[in-house]
Amino acid sequence: MSAISIKDGSITYAPGTSDAEIEAAARNAARIRSVQVVVWRLVVLAVLLGSWEISARNVWIDSFFYSFPSEIIVRLWEFIWEGSDGVSLWVHLYYTLTAALIGFLLGSLAGIVSGIALGRNRMLSDIFSIYIKVLNAIPRVVLAPIFILMLGFGLASKVAVAFVMVFFIVFANAFQGVREADRAMIANAQILGASNWQLTRSVIIPSAMSWIIASLHLSFSFAIVGAIVGEFIGSNKGIGHVIQLARGLHDVPLMFAAIIVVLVVVLAAEYVMTLIEHRLVKWRPPPASDAQA
Amino acid sequence: MPPIESRNEPAIELINVSRRFLSPQGKSFATLNDFNLSVAKGEFIALVGPTGCGKSTTLNLITGLGKPSSGEVRVMGQRVQGIDPQIGFVFQADALFPWRTVLENVIAGPLFRGEARKDATLRGQDWINRVGLSAFEGHYPHQLSGGMRKRVALAQTFINRPKILLMDEPFSALDVQTRVQMHEELLGLWSEAKASVVFVTHDLEEAIGLADKVYVLTSRPATIKSVHKIDIPRPRLISEIRYDKKFIDLSRLIWRDLKEEVQSSYSAAEGL
Repeated sequence: MSAISIKDGSITYAPGTSDAEIEAAARNAARIRSVQVVVWRLVVLAVLLGSWEISARNVWIDSFFYSFPSEIIVRLWEFIWEGSDGVSLWVHLYYTLTAALIGFLLGSLAGIVSGIALGRNRMLSDIFSIYIKVLNAIPRVVLAPIFILMLGFGLASKVAVAFVMVFFIVFANAFQGVREADRAMIANAQILGASNWQLTRSVIIPSAMSWIIASLHLSFSFAIVGAIVGEFIGSNKGIGHVIQLARGLHDVPLMFAAIIVVLVVVLAAEYVMTLIEHRLVKWRPPPASDAQA
Repeated sequence: MPPIESRNEPAIELINVSRRFLSPQGKSFATLNDFNLSVAKGEFIALVGPTGCGKSTTLNLITGLGKPSSGEVRVMGQRVQGIDPQIGFVFQADALFPWRTVLENVIAGPLFRGEARKDATLRGQDWINRVGLSAFEGHYPHQLSGGMRKRVALAQTFINRPKILLMDEPFSALDVQTRVQMHEELLGLWSEAKASVVFVTHDLEEAIGLADKVYVLTSRPATIKSVHKIDIPRPRLISEIRYDKKFIDLSRLIWRDLKEEVQSSYSAAEGL
């Protein structure tokens, strides 16, 4: 081995080692470490799926209920290319995502606007806070059957479920974000000459933004939950409908395949949201570890 | 200059001002009681006093962010109603907008006040240049040191051409070397701007080094215990005058007054 050792961030090396050598060794160590992480992640996955497969094959668990990973992958493949129930996967996905997206957009918009309005106005917040607390105590999914009755089997009822899932999270965060806005910063803006509206627009909203964005991250997956729950209760298309149908037919592999599809969509949405977040809050200091340089 | 300047009224006047607060338990208590203060145009005064004696309250009343419970606050001969545009304020805490660059922070005031972005930008660049930060125009506050952020805050305040400058322990978070540098920069900016300054501080040397007059306040409720005229000629070199005999004598004298009040505020706190 070389004379340089790097362990837990502390470096030891023989006298006379140049900076270039240390840097090369550090790069090498970082590369080895990231490869190790990937390898171990794959090992964990293989162990989990492998033991599932083996347990099912040896009938330690009932494959009728638990299925096999291999069968799920085959079913997922079929689902992607042939769809289910004579309808393509993309159509199902389109229905679910449309509902989730509309619900997400309307819900977060309403949440942001009312959160900021109530956060800025003591009187309004004193009046409405009790109602928001009461409504928030309702488990959102129980509203799904009511929305189906009120709005029918179509898109509107799913949008409504997604909306209520999103609204309260975003509202609570926007409200809190407004309340947490720095006092000195507000006073500074006022003395510099900001009107009430300028204060809201250029101080309150930007400082609530990190709270709001954090909530948007979370609430997109909630919007999908809302859309799918709506589809469980009553629909003729959508991923939730596929899962519901597969349950009726005891098609367990298809249920898992549908779950995998949803999971991929949510991860992709998270990724997009992170990109947006980085653009919106580029003024924020980088995490401490990067700021060292 | 408009003729108003020639009228010899003070820039700031507090006349028999009291300010009472309600504690969370609903008890009323006074931070200021029959407080009187008068600052002439172009005068630089420092307020020193024990912690929590009402120095910041005084500044708040002058800005119009706070209202007196009784008595009257006048700025340039006018009773204070709302926030006066002639006032600039430098805060103790970092009050820059972290999502704006240095330039955008500096021109915030002019833009709020309806100045065209083009004009504001030109003036902003000039002010950034004056505080020596031209190379950092596009930086965000978190990328600057504490001293640089204070310079941005000074430029942000001075660009509005305040006639009255209120400073609430603005440099207390800085290290000693940076602080002395900031003092000299402030005196430079002040001598050009000819504003009246009320400078609140805990630091006696800072007060004596900067001000024309040092007011020692009593512990709560605050009244003025004594006023000391600082007859050290200007322009002053802060880094030099601290070794001056006059400076040392004044420090000793004012500290004696201040010590009594600090002790009485301690014993009052213990009595609670």
